[in-house]
Amino acid sequence: MYTQAMDIPDAATKPAGVSRTPDAQDAAFEARIDADGRIEPQDWMPEAYRKTLVRQISQHAHSEIVGMLPEGNWISRAPSLKRKAILIAKVQDEGGHGLYLYSAAETLGTSRDQMLDALHSGKAKYSSIFNYPTLSWADVGVIGWLVDGAAIMNQIPLCRCSYGPYARAMVRVCKEESFHQRQGYEALLVMMKGSDAQKAMVQDAVNRWWWKCLAMFGPPDADSPHSAQGLRWGIKRIGNDELRQKFVDATVPQAEVLGVTLPDPDLKWNEARQHYDYGQIDWAEFWATVEGDGPCNRERLATRVKAHRDGEWVRDAALAHARKQQQRKNKEAA
Amino acid sequence: MNATQASAPLGGSAPNAAGSVGVAYLLHLADNAVVLGQRNAEWCGHGPILEEDIALANVSLDHIGQARLLYQLAAARMGGGASEDSLAYFRDETAFRNYTLLELPHHGPLVGYAASDRDYAVTIVRNFFYGALMVLVWDALTRSADTDLAAIAAKSLKEARYHLHHAADWVVRLGDGTDESHARAQAAVDHLFRYTEEFWLPSPAETEAVASGIGVEVASLRAAWDALVDETLAEATLSRPAVRGYVPEGKLGRHSEHLGYLLGEMQGLARAHPGATW
Repeated sequence: MYTQAMDIPDAATKPAGVSRTPDAQDAAFEARIDADGRIEPQDWMPEAYRKTLVRQISQHAHSEIVGMLPEGNWISRAPSLKRKAILIAKVQDEGGHGLYLYSAAETLGTSRDQMLDALHSGKAKYSSIFNYPTLSWADVGVIGWLVDGAAIMNQIPLCRCSYGPYARAMVRVCKEESFHQRQGYEALLVMMKGSDAQKAMVQDAVNRWWWKCLAMFGPPDADSPHSAQGLRWGIKRIGNDELRQKFVDATVPQAEVLGVTLPDPDLKWNEARQHYDYGQIDWAEFWATVEGDGPCNRERLATRVKAHRDGEWVRDAALAHARKQQQRKNKEAA
Repeated sequence: MNATQASAPLGGSAPNAAGSVGVAYLLHLADNAVVLGQRNAEWCGHGPILEEDIALANVSLDHIGQARLLYQLAAARMGGGASEDSLAYFRDETAFRNYTLLELPHHGPLVGYAASDRDYAVTIVRNFFYGALMVLVWDALTRSADTDLAAIAAKSLKEARYHLHHAADWVVRLGDGTDESHARAQAAVDHLFRYTEEFWLPSPAETEAVASGIGVEVASLRAAWDALVDETLAEATLSRPAVRGYVPEGKLGRHSEHLGYLLGEMQGLARAHPGATW
């Protein structure tokens, strides 16, 4: 589904300095970055660039996989067969995004198992937006409209990311995300033409998700430890604040068409700036959730760990069967 | 693994595709699809490996898609404001005509309100037994006198072939994998096999559909189903249990303790807002 300022600080990885001892490889790398060229898996790259990418791409992959859970929560209760089918397809797409992204990260020399271990041990982060509960059917539509909408704002620039496999994965991811966003918005339009109870359900979901979505773009650039290096390397293309503003500017008119109120008394058009002003994001709450103390962090992570543990015998069986088949083939060949 | 390839149209007389004949039969097929689609979707986000999470969601999506087409067709024939959603969401447990096999939870034999972890072996073996039946059923129904149903069958046959392929591959991996996977797969076969007896039980809806050339005589598919199942079980080093006693009757509307919970969850939101559009 989405990733945010996919660069949530990780204590184990210090932001790397820009200055390096210049040598031929380094110079060639820097020259390609300067020329806005693509770095491919076989190319030499600085260790810090590789580490940053593994962190960012695996965080993104983990976000897709953990992100299946809050929406998966409504599959069994979807109120029509059409919506059920749309939701299953969407959650399935997210699994697919996770697969591409794990594969893209594997080109950097880190295995999926290593990445999953990092997720399950709590070392690797995933997007904090998935640590909030989905409390009504309207949450499914609002996640499509706002969460996927915010994700698209973040992800479109990544289609131009300097690392080739990531950039190419993002082209497909973005196409599917755009589709999800339109589906989510359309589902809300239908509900807003429905009963008072349906309308109230939508407004309540918007109230709960709006601020969380603004925080998805990450802390203000001034407080974002990785932003400068990411921009230099072409891993990040646009700063958090600019993306957040773009999201607000694009979303306010959509909310008006929908007929919902965005829960921010400070939200108003600023003629001088030609942008919407908006209120203060609760960063203390954001960081508490990033650090593991949000409403659903424990449930999300424990559920992933349980699925992995419960599935171990199935994976073992597949490996054992493949080995047996190979042995039989070898015997026949001998 | 191919279904029998007969080319003659289904027997029977006086096909009446445009009338209400066959509605009960359509509902039986649709209920099968929706109930198994609902069950398999429970794995979404919990699969043993990401690839299987995606595969199971895909199988589920196919079944929900089949259910929609069949309910839409039934609703059009029924008239009176029936819709795919009124049929899926606003009929009670006793009106459902699915095989009991498909409503069982993903674990061994436990009472309706028991809680237990999902067992992938149960999921896979169920999909295998049902998939092996449906490649035969859909293949036969491509020759139904009801051309609308024949068109749905043609689409569904392609899906069922994939479902059977997926499930049979896993039956073999689990049966011929580790000691644990073999034991789990055998336990799943032992648990579920007797529910397949219901496939061959006659029901009024099927009898009527066969008589009018719309439906297939399922008992006529038994030898082919046995062959499909025995071939894979043998490769998986699994044995087929002896079956005796109780024969389930879900397709007659008499279900296990489990369907009520499944429908309670599936229908709850829709029923809390009757008349709403989503």
